[in-house]
Formats: sequence, C-alpha cells, structure tokens
Amino acid sequence: MNTTKITARSITDREFFYGHKACAGCGGSLAVRHILKVLGERTFTAIPAGCMSAVGFIYPQLCFTGNAIISTFPGTASMLSGIAAGAKALKLNNFHVVGIAGDGGTADIGIQALSGAIDRRDKVIYICYDNEAYMNTGIQKSGLTPFGAKTTTTPAGENIRGSVTHKKNMFEIVAAHGIDYAATASVGYLQDFINKIQKASQVEGTSYIHVYAPCPTGWGVASNTTVNIAKEVVDCGLWYLAEYECDEFTLNRNPKTFTSVEKYLRSQGRFKHLQAHDIEHIEEMRDRKWERMRRLWRSV
Amino acid sequence: MKRNAFISGNDAVAEGVRLSRPHVIAAYPITPQTVAVERLSEMVEDGSLQSEFLHVESEHSALSACIGASAVGARTFTATSSQGLLYMAECLHYASGGRFPIVMMNANRSLALPWSIYGDHRDSLSQLDSGWIQVYVEDAQESLDMVIQSFALAENLDVLTPVMLNLDGFTLTHTYELVELPLQEEVDAFLPPFETPYKMDLDNPKNLAFSSQPSDNTEFKYQQHHAILHAKQVIRNIDSRFAQTFGRSYGGLVDAYRCEDAELIVISLGSTTGTCRVVADELRKEGWRVGVLKIRFMRPFPEEEIVKITRHARAIGVIDRDISFGFEGTVFTNVNSALSRGNTHIPTHNFIAGLGGRDISKESIRELFSTLKKISKTNDTEQNIVEFLNLNVATND
Repeated sequence: MNTTKITARSITDREFFYGHKACAGCGGSLAVRHILKVLGERTFTAIPAGCMSAVGFIYPQLCFTGNAIISTFPGTASMLSGIAAGAKALKLNNFHVVGIAGDGGTADIGIQALSGAIDRRDKVIYICYDNEAYMNTGIQKSGLTPFGAKTTTTPAGENIRGSVTHKKNMFEIVAAHGIDYAATASVGYLQDFINKIQKASQVEGTSYIHVYAPCPTGWGVASNTTVNIAKEVVDCGLWYLAEYECDEFTLNRNPKTFTSVEKYLRSQGRFKHLQAHDIEHIEEMRDRKWERMRRLWRSV
Repeated sequence: MKRNAFISGNDAVAEGVRLSRPHVIAAYPITPQTVAVERLSEMVEDGSLQSEFLHVESEHSALSACIGASAVGARTFTATSSQGLLYMAECLHYASGGRFPIVMMNANRSLALPWSIYGDHRDSLSQLDSGWIQVYVEDAQESLDMVIQSFALAENLDVLTPVMLNLDGFTLTHTYELVELPLQEEVDAFLPPFETPYKMDLDNPKNLAFSSQPSDNTEFKYQQHHAILHAKQVIRNIDSRFAQTFGRSYGGLVDAYRCEDAELIVISLGSTTGTCRVVADELRKEGWRVGVLKIRFMRPFPEEEIVKITRHARAIGVIDRDISFGFEGTVFTNVNSALSRGNTHIPTHNFIAGLGGRDISKESIRELFSTLKKISKTNDTEQNIVEFLNLNVATND
C-alpha cells in the first residue's frame, strides 16, 4: 500500500477513465479520473446506471482501463459488498473496491444499500459525486438538489421558484452510522480531495466521500467554469470541507469570512430566477449550519 | 460413510449448499425461506461452511451482492420467496443478462394482495421471462440434490445462466423427510471449483455489465436464448452423471408417471405431483388409464418431452397454482403452445388450484380426472376450459 502523499506533481500521468463522452467541463468525470489515479490499477470500480456509465460504458467502447462494472441504480453499495466478499473469499490481495455514484444514486435510490454496507463495515470506498440533480435523465430534482434550484421537475414559475426542499445531509447521515471514515470534498479543491481518497483507501472498514462536482450542462454555466464554481461554493459557505473519523467531526477549512452567496447563485442559470428574499433565506440556512458546525466540530 | 437425516426441505437446501461450497451467500429473511438461511448462518458460525455470509438489508441487495461476487468469479447463493422475489425483479434480469451463474432457492409463496404467507406459484411464474432457468422440485431429497446440480448447470460455460430452485412453501420447505446426505468428496468430484474466464480479474481487467446499442443488443439476447435452449441437453447430461455418482435420477426436464398407455394425463409442478400419483394409482386399480406428467423445468421449457409423452392421450389436464388474470394459468399457456407446435389435437383443460396455500386434495384430483374423462368422451371444446378447483363462490359459468 502506497502511503506516500500524492500531489499534483507526483500523481500518475496514466489515465484509467479515458475516451469517454462526458460533456465539456463535466465535474463528475474529473472526480472519476482522480479517484482512479489515486487508487491505481488494482481497483474494482462499480458505477450505477447514470452519467458515468452512459458516457463511458457502451459496448464496444469501454472507457475504464481497469476492472469495472455497472451496477443497478439502487445497487451500487450492495454490488461493492459482493465484489469485496467475493474477492476476500477468493483470497485476492492488495486491491481496492470503489463505487462512484451520483447524488440521486446515493441520497435517493441507493441510500438503503449504502446504509447496509456501512452497517456491515464492508471494506469498500463509496464516493458520491454530487451535481445536485438527476443529470443523465435530463436535470430532474434529486434529494440533493439545493433550495431554489431550477430543474426540469422543479420549474421556476410564479407560484413555485424551483426546488422547495433543502439538500439532504448525506455526510452526517453516513456519519451517524459510525462509519470508519467519511469526508466531504470538492473538485475545486483537488489536493484536499486527493488526500481524502488516499485516506479512504487505507481505512479498514467502509469509507464515504461526498465530492461536489459541478455540471455545466445542468447548471447553466460555461464549461470552463467548473473548477472555479467548485471553489466558490466552498468559499461562500454553501459547501464545506470536513471529515468524520473516530466519532469526531473536523472542519478542514473554516473561512473567517464568506464570499458572496448572491454572486455564486447569480452566476448560474439554475438560480437566475431567485428573488432577494430567497437569497436571504439561503444565507440564513448557511449561517445556521456553520454556527452548528463551528460549535460542535473540531476545526483545523 | 453416507448418512441419512430427518430434515425439512429448507434444511435439505442448506445441506446441499454446504456441500456445494459457495464463496459468498447474501440473503434477507422472508417466510417460508427463513429456515434455509438460518441453517446456513449456523453452518458459517460452526465453521462447517467456509462462506462469506452477507446480512443484506433487502432482497434487491442480496441479489445485487451476489452479482458483484459472481463478477469476480465467486460461487454464490441466495434464497428468497414471494414479495422478496419481486423486490429482486430488477436484479433477476440483471443476473441473467450478465450471465452470472448464481443459484437461488425460491420458497414458492403467494403474492399480496391479499397478503398470504402460504404457497402457490404466482411468484416464480410471474418472473418466467426474467431469463433464469427455473426448476421445481418435489421432495427434500430432490431439493438437496438439485442445489448441487443447479451449480453444475449454472456454471457450465455453455450455459452461464442463473438457476432458480423452487420449493413449494411450507408443503415442502417445512415438511420433514428422510434424506440421504451425499459425501463431501463425491460432491467435490461432481462439482469442482468454479473456473471462468468471464470475470473481473486483477491480472486481466474487464469491463462487465455494460450498455449496448440497438446495433448489438439483439445479438446478446440471441446468445442468452441460445444458452438456455442449450441447457436442455446439459440438464439431461447432469442428471445422468448425477445418477452414476449418487444413484438418483430425476428424469431431466420432466418426470412421467404411468403415462405410456394413459388416456388421461394430468400435468403439474412441484409437490402437488405426489398427490396426483397416489390418485392415479387408485384410479388405475379401478380400470382408468391415467398418468401424471411432472414438469421439472419451466425454463428451458420441455416442449419436445411434453408432446412425445402425451401424444396418445385423449385429454390433458394442467394444474396451475397461478393465474394470469384475464386469461389462464401460465403453465397451461406454455403446455398448449408446445402441443400446438407438436401439431397434436388433444383437448386440454386448465385447473386453477392451490392458490394461497389451499390444499389440493385427493378428492379434487379425482374430480379433475372425472372432468378429463368427460372431455375425452365428448371432445367438447365449447365449454370453459379454465376451471377453478374447489371454488367456494357461486359462478355464472
């Protein structure tokens, strides 16, 4: 097991997810590339039906250079458990089992199987790339779509202005299982993400990483803004970088001041319709969350 | 030394699984399957079964986990029933389409609504098109033996298709019988460890369970169909090879009883067949020429055998412990299709019976044969050919 810290300088030039047909600027595919670069070639990857399987897994053009399999939509975690159990029973050594699922596949249809896998402490890595809607099917609302976001099933009209629900708190839902390792990340802070993938790969039980991964197609932003938006969401406090291990939460980044929420929202087509009081509401929710995190969590 | 044990159908399945040495078992409890997975858990606990046992949170995950394990080349087993089988439905097609040689016990049980924990065949027959090989067994010994045979069949590289082993809920799962336990070394010789090139391999990576385009999908489905058709011969070969080793043959795809000169033949699945045979013996003593044809495999479907065995009959009755609402029993549809392809013109009659665990008595089987006799004499095709046995409500028929 390689425990030397992987950095932008030392990360491999090899590609393990190559030749796929993801949209320009896809945050999800950026996450997949880096996950596999960190984990290396002795990795079994399961991805559910969703964007990454739709763009990279169509016979005979298969874009994973390592072992990979599409799972059922609800079955990412259960398939990971099966792969890990099978590999253990067959006495395979020195390998990783990773699942990479979207926000709908994780927080909605796949949450039951994920809960089961964590409960069993199966030695698997589960990574949720969160682009805040069902993008593969055409931008429908998921359980991780934020308040106010316009999707094709939460249209922004005069009566209802986009999504009326708030994002499920997957990180703490997962942590409440007493999971061995959980973290949040963003493709805008790649080194932090890489560190967390590496850490997850060294955990004895189950690990979970929730990585924020913008979708230019679904969000109404230019394809060259993915990384900037993924940074901005952390800087304005609507997303956060944190870890959970040994019954303790840690904030990895605790900015003294936040950048403008309004600027973050206004730059994206999906939030264009929001009114001033909607944005105030979003800021209030952010402040409430940060007040609680700062009060209860360790901070570095 | 071989030994006998007085055990239930569920126990027998567990013994068959232990002897087959699966790498991974993933299961979720549901009545009346529970005893099988309880026994397997005990075997894992006491070390007599070296399997990874996954306590999954649903049947969907049970089969999904088996698919994952099978994808790395592990031998896998799961068990379910009724609502659980339906909850697996997505994974049923996934397992067969991906050609994962999983073996699953299904304790046949009715489907809600209304809720019923008791037996009929509506669960498995509703999944007839899921691409699984379906076998229906009749007693505890056959249950044990068919677990071993099912692995041999599923893992045959020309078949590579999952097998669903169906036991009548309670009637078979919970009835105790004397069962001969095969020797481990004999089972090991009969069923060597599973070896396949079609797996995710660290030294030879593969992408499995992919998407396909209209340009390729039909060819994958054709291969799948062909593999299950090919399974017919593999089933016969395994049955005779099993008989050579263990001294028991079940006849392959069907089991015919006193059908050679029979004028009236009743066709059934599973444990009902025993009652039919007893009645057939009684009627034979009274001078009736009757026979019983048990269908063991619903997929692949034994159309050649059915046509051949019934060709001299003058009336055929099909017992269905299911009903495709608004039409007829599913076994009946399949039998009629086979007979029409065989160009036979024997009148057939469908008896819907044993739904939700209702007993199929000797009296009702006698009644069934009487109906067949009447049909054979009058050759009356005008009458309602789908009849509910022992119906307690008034009908307009």
